[in-house]
Amino acid sequence: MQDKINEIEKSIDDAVKDVESSKTLQEIKMRFLGKTGEISALMKNMREVPPEQRPSMGKLLNALREWTEERFNAIEKRIKEFELKRRYSEEKIDVTLPAKVTDDGAYHPNTLIRRELISIFSGMGFEVFEGPEIENDYYNFTALNTPADHPARDMQDTFYISSDLLLRTQTSAGQIRVMENKKPPIKILSPGKVYRSDDDATHSPMFSQMEGLVVDKSITLCDLKGMLDEFAKKIFGAGVKTRLRPSYFPFTEPSVEVDVSCFECGGSGCRLCKGTGWIEVLGAGMVNRHVLEGCGIDPDIYSGFAFGMGIERIAMLKYGINNMKLLFEGDTRFSKQFKG
Amino acid sequence: MKAPLSWLKAYVDIDVTAEELQAKLFSCGFEVEELIEVGKAISGVVVGEVIECSPVEGTHLHVCKVDCGDKGIFQICCGADNVKKGIKAPCALVGATVYTTAKDHVTIEGVATIKKGKLRGIESDGMLCSGAELGLNGDMYEGAEYCGLLLLPKDSVNGSDIKPIVGLDDYIFDISVTANRPDCQSILGIAREVAAVLKKKLKEPDYSYTAVKADKKDIKICDLAPDLCPRYIGHYVKDVKCAPSPLWLRQRLAKCGLRSISNIVDITNYILLELGQPMHAFDLRTLAGHEINIRRAGDGEKITTLDENEFTLTHDNLVICDKDKPVAIAGVMGALNSEIENDTTEVMLEAAKFARDSVRKTARALGQHTDSSALFEKGVNEYTTERAMARALHLIEELKCGTVTDLHVDVKTENSHTEEKKMTVSVKTINALLGIEVPAKQMVEILENLNFKVSVKGDEMLITVPRYREDIDGYPDIAEEIIRFYGYDNIEGTFLPSAAITNGGFTEEQKAENRLKDILVAKGLYEISTYSFYSQKDLDMLHFAPDAKERKAIRILNPITEDLSIMRTTLAPSMVNVIVRNLRRGNTVGKLFELSKVYLADELPVNDFPEERDKLSIGVWGKYDFFDLKGIVESVAGALNVKFEYKPCELPFLHPGITAKVVCEGVDVGYLGVISPKVAEELALERTVYVAELDYEELKNHRKPFKYVPLSKYAEVTRDLALTCSVATTCAKIEKEIYAACKYVSNVKLFDVYIGEQIETGKKSMAFTVTFTPKDEPIENKIDGFVKKILANLKFKLDITLR
Repeated sequence: MQDKINEIEKSIDDAVKDVESSKTLQEIKMRFLGKTGEISALMKNMREVPPEQRPSMGKLLNALREWTEERFNAIEKRIKEFELKRRYSEEKIDVTLPAKVTDDGAYHPNTLIRRELISIFSGMGFEVFEGPEIENDYYNFTALNTPADHPARDMQDTFYISSDLLLRTQTSAGQIRVMENKKPPIKILSPGKVYRSDDDATHSPMFSQMEGLVVDKSITLCDLKGMLDEFAKKIFGAGVKTRLRPSYFPFTEPSVEVDVSCFECGGSGCRLCKGTGWIEVLGAGMVNRHVLEGCGIDPDIYSGFAFGMGIERIAMLKYGINNMKLLFEGDTRFSKQFKG
Repeated sequence: MKAPLSWLKAYVDIDVTAEELQAKLFSCGFEVEELIEVGKAISGVVVGEVIECSPVEGTHLHVCKVDCGDKGIFQICCGADNVKKGIKAPCALVGATVYTTAKDHVTIEGVATIKKGKLRGIESDGMLCSGAELGLNGDMYEGAEYCGLLLLPKDSVNGSDIKPIVGLDDYIFDISVTANRPDCQSILGIAREVAAVLKKKLKEPDYSYTAVKADKKDIKICDLAPDLCPRYIGHYVKDVKCAPSPLWLRQRLAKCGLRSISNIVDITNYILLELGQPMHAFDLRTLAGHEINIRRAGDGEKITTLDENEFTLTHDNLVICDKDKPVAIAGVMGALNSEIENDTTEVMLEAAKFARDSVRKTARALGQHTDSSALFEKGVNEYTTERAMARALHLIEELKCGTVTDLHVDVKTENSHTEEKKMTVSVKTINALLGIEVPAKQMVEILENLNFKVSVKGDEMLITVPRYREDIDGYPDIAEEIIRFYGYDNIEGTFLPSAAITNGGFTEEQKAENRLKDILVAKGLYEISTYSFYSQKDLDMLHFAPDAKERKAIRILNPITEDLSIMRTTLAPSMVNVIVRNLRRGNTVGKLFELSKVYLADELPVNDFPEERDKLSIGVWGKYDFFDLKGIVESVAGALNVKFEYKPCELPFLHPGITAKVVCEGVDVGYLGVISPKVAEELALERTVYVAELDYEELKNHRKPFKYVPLSKYAEVTRDLALTCSVATTCAKIEKEIYAACKYVSNVKLFDVYIGEQIETGKKSMAFTVTFTPKDEPIENKIDGFVKKILANLKFKLDITLR
């Protein structure tokens, strides 16, 4: 019997010597361990073995079976590893081949800036109000304390569509509509298109503005500065400072021009800031008492500030766009750069 | 506003550099747009004395020895005809920079660096200069107009820098003055601010004069248009002697860009610059009846101005007239008929205030913009009008060009304002506005430096406003004056410490709009923005009929060009123009959208606020087709949670077979289609272009909130049905009938269409995947029944059979 066992062990060794695939291994395995396999056949022969020899025979055969199973398992493990490695090398690709591209859309730069501004100010409690683009003289000028003979009202600057109706020249017109219908506390943003009869390298007859207005009790010039500091940091970077300097707008008093320290050079002077270290970004001021009065808000109780900025200007500064016309041409080579 | 530093120094002791002054002016609200260094191009030119001078035979040249003091003695060859021993002239040393002039010896062509050279073989170590070579003319320096050497005073020191001697050591501040400060449109006005910012005393110009008794009968002045001319002052000057003005006056005019004419005219121009009050001088001989009538012009009335232009006037123009005729367009320009001549002996000087609106409209209507009209447009104050007349009379006396009489006619109308404005302002209120604590003492000091009179009573300041400060209206203006000089750097940011909490953010409608854009961008579209105006030509481009509703566009009364003259009624022309531009630039593929307004008037011309409707315009070209575009439109429906139906339709610029109107809940909301071959050919489109336009304003009414539908416990079941139908049967009809036949159908999706040999002529095969969604019980065993019902319905309604 031992001879038989030795013979089987030897024939297993011979059979698995050159096995390279798990399929062949499986066949060999069946040859020995299958229901009709050689080891099973020996097991069946147990009946013919005299009873007294059966326990020792059984032990031998079980040992053989275990040895065989272990052997096959070990070989199988080796072959699987080998096969996986072969598959890895066969399936290897050039990962530097180009990507399969899906169409990427892009927002207009104005939308990106507009959303960024709204997100900054809505966090501070501002609502968004959009007034009409076609306004009348009252909302665009008179109510904004722009006297009848003010140069800004002249035909040169304003597009008129009738003696009274015009294309709004400033989103400030929206201020009045809000203040007429809402009592303080007021915090609104009024974004939108505005129109001026100007057309050259730095002016477009249509552009966009974002107006902000705060009216409440005890609002000060320091509050205006504080809010604009926050805005400048959020939109241009944490290190950016603001500077106020005197200016004039009919609907604010005092009026200021607001500069931010140059975010390109940090204030040391470069091409972007024309060597001054500062960039003009917006106009602002304390709401003129006449404007509040005209809207039925008592200026002895309430005060407020307003600020207005050109969205295209902010976009051009932030993204380094060198020509305003590009914003209105719809050239896909331009558009695709603003993935947002 | 141009202000020479040398002139400002006449009124203020300026002890800072030009750059420092620039910074100071900036801090108090006067931005210096350009600081012009007068003699910037000139360097290395010194006083040289010709100590030897001998002609070079056979030429016009002289060889000279020039003594340049501590710089040395140089041999210089000179071609000027006035070179001779003993003169002093500007000497450009080797390495100096001077202007080069054209053959006329006047026109400046560029800047040259002087090198060692040889003229006709004679060494020349420098160059003796003319006035023009230093950038000077006769108004800037006596004799500088001469084509030869510029002769310098005998007492100038050899070798010293030429610039201070000829006035080239100056700076000109080009200052931007805000619209609320017309009082600063003058040298004196700027000087007042300079004095305040430097805390120096202002030296006022001399306004004194002595009047002699006029031996003349009266001059009659009658203001017939007090609304346009609130104040008019006339003054009679006799014994006028026209002559050139002295150098100091000519120099000041020249630095501000004005040409000297003769003393009387120069004085009026000088006052215009110095005080900001335009003046005019009439030759009394030409004033018929010695009368001045200020009135509106008659329609069609004519006048020829000093510059020999004839104008036809209207009722809107204000004119100064004598007894018979207009002698000036008020505030704009005098007439040729009353011009000061060399033999003028009697003059009536005019100083007046004209309404700014009137002058602006006249100047613009006539296209006649003058220094005078510019000042009146910005606004002249009567304090200055009064002062200007006195100052002019003083100068007439000083220049000895006439005898000032006591004949002075001052017409004050009901629109004239000469009273001083007084106000009471609380220190506390000002600080409450500013948000900082400026001490009262400093407030008073700042205001006094600006010529406000202030007396303090407890918390209150009693303030008298200088008459020329017509912009000061209430305490915020006072607060601004204070912070301007106290310094904006003292404003420390605070964050609304006392304001009420407000609830910010977007409205639902604004959020929906953001979402729509997000989805379109996610679908690979680029957002564009185009002008809200175009022209009727753009509507022609898309073949809109003359009576199409799109033609009913609002016209801009004063467009920049005809191309931008009407407010758009549809976005399609803008989109097509953008695509045409892209194709011309080689951008052969694209997907674009624009969400913008159109402007619709009930009637034209408009007399009420027109309707502004949001429209969504989409354009695709290149590798995309109709169904790509339809897919985008479907995404819009998805974004708004609505269903669209599509029906064939025709539009003038679209292919009639490949165009659909979009219907939402029974309402037409837009269209999509392909640009017709005819339009495509006219526009030379190299790719097929698809456009859609949706009425987003209408869609807002249909937008529905998203709601969760509970999931069924049971699995959905799908069945594929291949149907045979007439080629004319539309997909939408079949879908509709499948839905109608069974309430469990949740989706019907076409996956194949076949027309060909395998099927009889006139028929097509369409294959659909139908999805059945169970409700409260499994439906697997019912599907066969559903399908039978669907097929029966299709057979009955559309004569469709299973293939």
